[in-house]
Amino acid sequence: MTAAMIGRSAETPAPAARPVVLEAIRLRKHYTVRRGLFQPPATVKALDGVSFQLEAGRTLAVVGESGCGKSTLARSVTMIEPPTEGQLLYDGRDVLGRSKAEMTELRRTVQMVFQNPYGSLNPRKTIGSILEEPLVINTPLSRAARRERALAMMAKVGLRPDQIDRYPHMFSGGQRQRIAIARALMLNPRVVVADEPVSALDVSIQAQVLNLMMDLQEELELAYLFISHDLSVVRHIADSVMVMYLGRPVEHGPKDVVFSRPRHPYTRILMAATPRVDVGGAESGPRLERVVPKGELPSPLNPPPGCAFHKRCPYARPNCATEVPALREVDARKVACHYAEEMA
Amino acid sequence: MALLDIKNLSVAFTTRAGTFRAVDGIDLTLDEGEVVGIVGESGSGKSVTSLALMGLLGDAGRVEADRMMFAGHDLLSMPARQRRKLTGKDVAMVFQEPMTSLNPCFTVGFQIMETLKVHEGLSGKALKRRAIELLEQVGIPAPESRLSAFPHQLSGGMNQRVMIAIAIACNPRLLIADEPTTALDVTIQKQILDLLVSLQKDRGMALILITHDMGVVAETAHRVMVMYAGQVAETRHTRDLFANPRHPYTGALLDALPERALGKRRLPTISGVVPGIADRPAGCLFAPRCRFAQDTCRATRPPLTPAGAGADGNGLVRCYYPLGTAGKEAA
Repeated sequence: MTAAMIGRSAETPAPAARPVVLEAIRLRKHYTVRRGLFQPPATVKALDGVSFQLEAGRTLAVVGESGCGKSTLARSVTMIEPPTEGQLLYDGRDVLGRSKAEMTELRRTVQMVFQNPYGSLNPRKTIGSILEEPLVINTPLSRAARRERALAMMAKVGLRPDQIDRYPHMFSGGQRQRIAIARALMLNPRVVVADEPVSALDVSIQAQVLNLMMDLQEELELAYLFISHDLSVVRHIADSVMVMYLGRPVEHGPKDVVFSRPRHPYTRILMAATPRVDVGGAESGPRLERVVPKGELPSPLNPPPGCAFHKRCPYARPNCATEVPALREVDARKVACHYAEEMA
Repeated sequence: MALLDIKNLSVAFTTRAGTFRAVDGIDLTLDEGEVVGIVGESGSGKSVTSLALMGLLGDAGRVEADRMMFAGHDLLSMPARQRRKLTGKDVAMVFQEPMTSLNPCFTVGFQIMETLKVHEGLSGKALKRRAIELLEQVGIPAPESRLSAFPHQLSGGMNQRVMIAIAIACNPRLLIADEPTTALDVTIQKQILDLLVSLQKDRGMALILITHDMGVVAETAHRVMVMYAGQVAETRHTRDLFANPRHPYTGALLDALPERALGKRRLPTISGVVPGIADRPAGCLFAPRCRFAQDTCRATRPPLTPAGAGADGNGLVRCYYPLGTAGKEAA
């Protein structure tokens, strides 16, 4: 068990040796929504104080249910939408409040892979022009040079050169996701934000795409921000995990620590709710109590007071309804729960 | 007598490129109160099987079978009018996407009551009372006020509960759930699966659970049928299947799961894709992707044969050289 779990970190140098390519400090994204003619507008705190560091060649997985702010985080980090508050540092340079030209330059360092490869590729463009488009926009390369780069990238992600003039509909789901990954890598980014990159794929294809992503990470020293709701995938690919609930991180730490000894009730519930093939199998880690989560994610328009999770939490006590738990260091990870010490 | 007894079911679609057999000679028997999981990748014929069972394929697909019996009724020779009385009442179905399978123009209450009106002949206060009772059973809070809600006002999980309420409205003897939780979050998925299992236990209802999620079947089904390219690759008792799969396809599918590859960096994969209309091999349908394929496999199609000793003793596997037999290790 232990040997298996540290397998990956053992063969790579200590985390401290790796440069931090992306740092987010207390990122907030609030949306104002109109609720009707005579009602005051409300604020949705889609992202409410998220901080993390991402090192080159490492993967940070963001886990949570729909509505927890995962996708807003992806949009903020990729600068599709600037955050309302907080700092976003790429290689130590703050990206917010920069000129348009500087932003264009910075945007090249971060690229995105989307969830659904059937929707994210333009059906009217060939693979060649899909891959060359980022180069057309961002580089002064000649036509021949662009094609050469596109072919080289296709080889890298396991596509044949003769497929360059084909259209997306001629490919299977797994191949399309390879194309989407290739497109994200065309500008040599240092950070790739992958928003549920394998959840639309079948198991066998999912394995191929995950292998490809890990190979590319090793070769190109890519940092991944891997957004997923599938804990078994996260457990396989991530180095560290951040569990989010209603716009805030509730547990954040190294993968092995979080998975073997989850300290936040929500993390425990997520783990218990994930269906497993080897029910109670020894090698699949500790089987947590079968807590059935109560209720659904509350509306972000009107989050509950105190701990946002207390209404669904089986361990909730009176003060959870009034005091907001701070994210604090407990047992080698950060956790936002008043009773994290008791969750063992 | 089995509740459902299907022999040699085939569904063929006529396309411009020729006839395509989406389902190719499937046998399926189901007892009262039994939970059978059907797993397979996309394109393996899971959903078409269930639609054929419900009689929902329309003119597009040609359904053929040697025998298709449900609780003593012959579904093949039954007049369409009579069959419609059966479907929705004794056989009910829950579809994959709760947000799109409910009609957005009508309230939730209307859609539940419609079923009750048609099949149970209820009306007035009794109808409303029954609808509220059903919403309560599927765990919808404040059911009375929800009757007048439209589907867009409810979350995905709530809509799926409404779908289940409609499906169980007439106390069906068989419920077919086609990917009932795929579009939902894990905590909601857990709630819905628990609900389905408790309803199944309380009512002694048989359940066919169609999914691509191995974990879901492992935790819910008594028996599992693995489908590949329209055929049954392996059908086993759940515990046997996950403990020692016999078909190389099942083995490869399980190996590809990240949770089975703890500690290994690379995940084992299955090369190639499910054969389509143009590239169906002459021999075993899985042979082109199989690591163990021999000449025999490429030449002729293997029949379903007993899978050897197991908890129920009657597992079947479609392979000449099943895993775990002499000279072949699932290395």
